Amino acid sequence: MKTFLILGAGTGGTMVANKMSAALDPQEWRIVIVDRDETHYYQPGFLFIPFGMYSPADVVKPKRNFLPPTVEVIFGDIELIEPDKSRIKLSGPSGKTISYDYMVVSTGSHIHPEEITGMKDGGGWHQNIFDFYTLQGATALSKFLKFWKGGRMILNVAEMPIKCPVAPLEFLFLADWFFKERGMRDKVDITFATPLPGAFTKPRASSVLGNMLTDRSIALETEFSLMEVDNAKQVIRSYDEREIGYDLLVTIPTNKGADVIGASGMGDELNFIPVNKNTMQSEKWDNIWLIGDASNAPASKAGSVAHFMLDVVVENILRHMEGLDPLPKFDGHANCFIESGNEKGVLIDFNYDVEPLPGMFPLPGFGPFSLLKESPANHWGKMMFKWIYWNVLLKGGEMPFESQMSMAGKWK
Amino acid sequence: MLAELTAIAFNEEGFMTDPNEWTKEIAEVLAQQEAIETLTAEHWKIIDFCRQTGLASGNAPTLRQISAGTGISTKELFALYPKGPAKKVAKIAGLGKPEGCV
Repeated sequence: MKTFLILGAGTGGTMVANKMSAALDPQEWRIVIVDRDETHYYQPGFLFIPFGMYSPADVVKPKRNFLPPTVEVIFGDIELIEPDKSRIKLSGPSGKTISYDYMVVSTGSHIHPEEITGMKDGGGWHQNIFDFYTLQGATALSKFLKFWKGGRMILNVAEMPIKCPVAPLEFLFLADWFFKERGMRDKVDITFATPLPGAFTKPRASSVLGNMLTDRSIALETEFSLMEVDNAKQVIRSYDEREIGYDLLVTIPTNKGADVIGASGMGDELNFIPVNKNTMQSEKWDNIWLIGDASNAPASKAGSVAHFMLDVVVENILRHMEGLDPLPKFDGHANCFIESGNEKGVLIDFNYDVEPLPGMFPLPGFGPFSLLKESPANHWGKMMFKWIYWNVLLKGGEMPFESQMSMAGKWK
Repeated sequence: MLAELTAIAFNEEGFMTDPNEWTKEIAEVLAQQEAIETLTAEHWKIIDFCRQTGLASGNAPTLRQISAGTGISTKELFALYPKGPAKKVAKIAGLGKPEGCV
């Protein structure tokens, strides 16, 4: 009996488990998936929690519900991965070892506020400093906002790369709308502090969407590399000694891959695993494959991207089992609805080589959706996506999308 | 514009469009344009690292990557390349500007 091991039962790992259980002969293969947490989080939904648009119940379900009954599920921590020996060691008293023939790593990325001086250890964490990339952070922020009377709000990205790079922009747009709806927008100063040279950095997106912040009176501080949070003075300070004052700091802290990746010597300086960005095979180990955020592929760290990686990863693993070379078919495709407030949204579709372009996105049965332009349909597309995620996507069902990006409908 | 740069293509923001056209002489000139008069060994260590990783990955490296890869602290990076080392080094090393997805 051979072992197909999956580390992490989030979006990527769950989809792989479903696809592989359909593809592999159960007489020949056992499929094992390991995760530390029994709860599956619909992470795109965290964005809506601070504003009371979603409740925690909208974004959690048991992981087991989305995994095929034939898959062996182990809930527990991994102490060490030994890729040279093709085995992992589980934490805990049993210290059980699992050897594998093939392994897919889908351990994702997580926030690390302790990487920034004063962020988590300065006394303000979840008091007037919040993240919204965890259910805990988003829920705490929702309680804070319910009673906030206004003041200076900073939305800050500590450093790149981060999961879902458009989420900070969406947060700003929704916050602007939220404060307007509550009749207190004039009581709130909003500043966006980003390490990048602009809120939008791609030429077409900049020219089409560039005024979305100024239209909403959101101040922008660019190339702001966060050095520390000064809780006493209520300022964030950059390495080049710029200071911005806050009453409410909403932050996207440093994102890193799983600690066990670092502990096992498999990752880069942020615990992301080096991967061939087109085949999704590990650069170093032939029997290790990557999906989702866990790799260092220069694609967006987002669920849609994991979905577009899926067919490439599965096909390449099956080819490898047959002794064939993997095909370089993953093109970095990403597709994201950006909430822009007031029940509107913007849709972007891009890959490694093609920046987000304007046009119309032809989606059979639902579309078309307008690209790089605000529209109510894009908001409803995003709202509808939660249902699709829970009911179709996780289970590896057919989606009306090709894995590779298409130029159909895009204006060059 | 100096002689070394006349044959080189730049985008609107002054970043080279083809990193393969880059030479050390070009870097010296670009550094002067960024108000860095002399490129010291420390400066070069950073540029060499960024060339190496940037060409391999297709993306200009982040401050953390530069710091981890060269052993030079972020604070020192700001001293060597004042006001935005990631962007400045990318420009001097002939790489594209650090960017997000939109």
